[in-house]
Amino acid sequence: MSSFKDVLNQYDWDKTMLSILSKTEEDVKQALHKNKRTLEDFKALISPAAKSFLEEMAQLSSRITKKRFGNTMQMYAPMYLSNECQNICTYCGFSLTNKIPRRTLTDEEILKEVAFLKAKGYDHVLLVTGEANRTVGVDYLNNAIQLIRSQFSNISIEVQPLDQEEYELLIQNGLYAVLVYQETYHREEYKKHHPKGKKSNFDYRLETPDRLGKAGVHKIGLGALFGLEDWRADSFFTALHLKYLQKTYWKTKYSISFPRLRPFSGGLEPKVEMTDPDLVQLICAYRLLDEDVELSISTREREVFRDHIVQLGITSMSAESKTNPGGYTIDKQSLEQFEISDERSTETIAEMLKNQYLEPVWKDWENDWVSMTGFK
Amino acid sequence: MNNDILKIADKEFNSRLFTGTGKFSSSGLMEQAINASESELVTVALKRVDVKDNQDDILIHLKDARINLLPNTSGVRDAKEAVFAAQLAREALETNWIKLEIHPDPKYLLPDPIETLKAAEELVKSGFVVMPYIHADPVLCKRLEEVGTQCVMPLGAPIGTNKGLKTLDFLEIIIEQSNVPVVVDAGIGTPSHAAAAMELGADAVLVNTAIAVSQNPVAMGIAFKMAVEAGRMAYNAKLAPVQDKKAMASSPLTNFLYE
Repeated sequence: MSSFKDVLNQYDWDKTMLSILSKTEEDVKQALHKNKRTLEDFKALISPAAKSFLEEMAQLSSRITKKRFGNTMQMYAPMYLSNECQNICTYCGFSLTNKIPRRTLTDEEILKEVAFLKAKGYDHVLLVTGEANRTVGVDYLNNAIQLIRSQFSNISIEVQPLDQEEYELLIQNGLYAVLVYQETYHREEYKKHHPKGKKSNFDYRLETPDRLGKAGVHKIGLGALFGLEDWRADSFFTALHLKYLQKTYWKTKYSISFPRLRPFSGGLEPKVEMTDPDLVQLICAYRLLDEDVELSISTREREVFRDHIVQLGITSMSAESKTNPGGYTIDKQSLEQFEISDERSTETIAEMLKNQYLEPVWKDWENDWVSMTGFK
Repeated sequence: MNNDILKIADKEFNSRLFTGTGKFSSSGLMEQAINASESELVTVALKRVDVKDNQDDILIHLKDARINLLPNTSGVRDAKEAVFAAQLAREALETNWIKLEIHPDPKYLLPDPIETLKAAEELVKSGFVVMPYIHADPVLCKRLEEVGTQCVMPLGAPIGTNKGLKTLDFLEIIIEQSNVPVVVDAGIGTPSHAAAAMELGADAVLVNTAIAVSQNPVAMGIAFKMAVEAGRMAYNAKLAPVQDKKAMASSPLTNFLYE
């Protein structure tokens, strides 16, 4: 197998859906009682038949998460560098056709945003941009990483997919993790939502984690955007992707995120709704499939939901996020990529965690080690 | 007065329970649990502390003079990174002790024997007291001893699993053959596991998850302290032999010698 594309091509979307929907309560019980669970068990755990086992799944997921991660929660903050984008994505506020003022942060502005996040206590930062290769290509990203490198222990990016050599350059200069969501694993639906721009190339995006694995990145974040297609099938393919990557690039760490479609300027109604119980079921199912994968929740979710989900399997979260470039200090009113739901301050979130006997962890990496990486 | 002192390199320890600092719900609770355990050697992940900040939340809770800090290299994936991390730790924390952990596998955190041996050799030459976290591999333990590590730290079970001494047969061989202290690291989930390791003849045990993730880490710290002491006392007292289930033959085979 040269990439995950070869694996995915062996699957049929409709048959996969049927297989998930036909799982029985007996399949769920069997999955719950195993020590090691397979992808077939995962199908049972995300199936409608598992709905009546939600509490049992949550109890188990909570216990396993505590065993592996302890009473801790990794904290990170996103920092949007640019909302320029040459893609058309039907669900995104940064979409090319959306007539909004565009802004890309200068060095000075980046440092101002950094100062704000550092004062809040953040030591892990996630840099986010749209896809505009001329303005926010690899040179811009490389400059930004080098500019802020000494300030953070852990720098991640969520930007357009890059070539392997480009990732190698960024890793060499201080990049720790890359988050790249497939949005949907359904080829035809993907095409509908990404009609123009480089992002319309499904395979190039699908093979991004392979390029990252080959480049020797420390962590890869995966996920699907819930709302574009059926969440169950998309989650199964995400899990399939995860298992393939873990076996192939075994030195790399993995995380899963759970973005649900949120309102934005010029919005798209979700085709498939994912309810709160659905999301809880999915988070627990991932934990039962894999004890070690990091599970991350953003401020897209509302307060009450986040207050409870931190006990059920989640291991990292953001707080007080702004999804517009310069949103913390420069241009608070500029257009957001999407609206956030939980607007509480970092201090309030940290307090909420402490009240639940969870320690917010601000530093869990040593940035000086990154460029030491001498292997792939 | 405790005459049963454990010596590693130039340090003497009254307690044979080593502890960790991860997974606690707060640094305050971590401090209380470690104090209750009376542990004198506490490992701290270099990646978790901010060594440039003298008010780092974990480090300020470990200021007790009784506590020796043992920085670990958790997070590094090869010998080159490990050596670099150890040098950083020595400079920042002013200790030449290092718990050498190299696990390129981030899932089960299983140690890389080849890179560990390579790094250990280099670090010993640079004056470090090296405590390597390794598989329960008797040959590797001898190889590490030969390059000059001051102890070996074989795992009882995969880290964080609380499964106990799954590597018992190999630990027995390691303990039997070792000329340096053997510290059973990883997998110890209950005080009875710790006691069993000590009864077996381990020189010390390292416990983190089992204390940090318990409902009452302070009480669990005390329980582990007592278990380690009991296990060590039993080892020193020489355990009574296990009685074979077979009955003694009613007609002894050697009686003819005395007829």
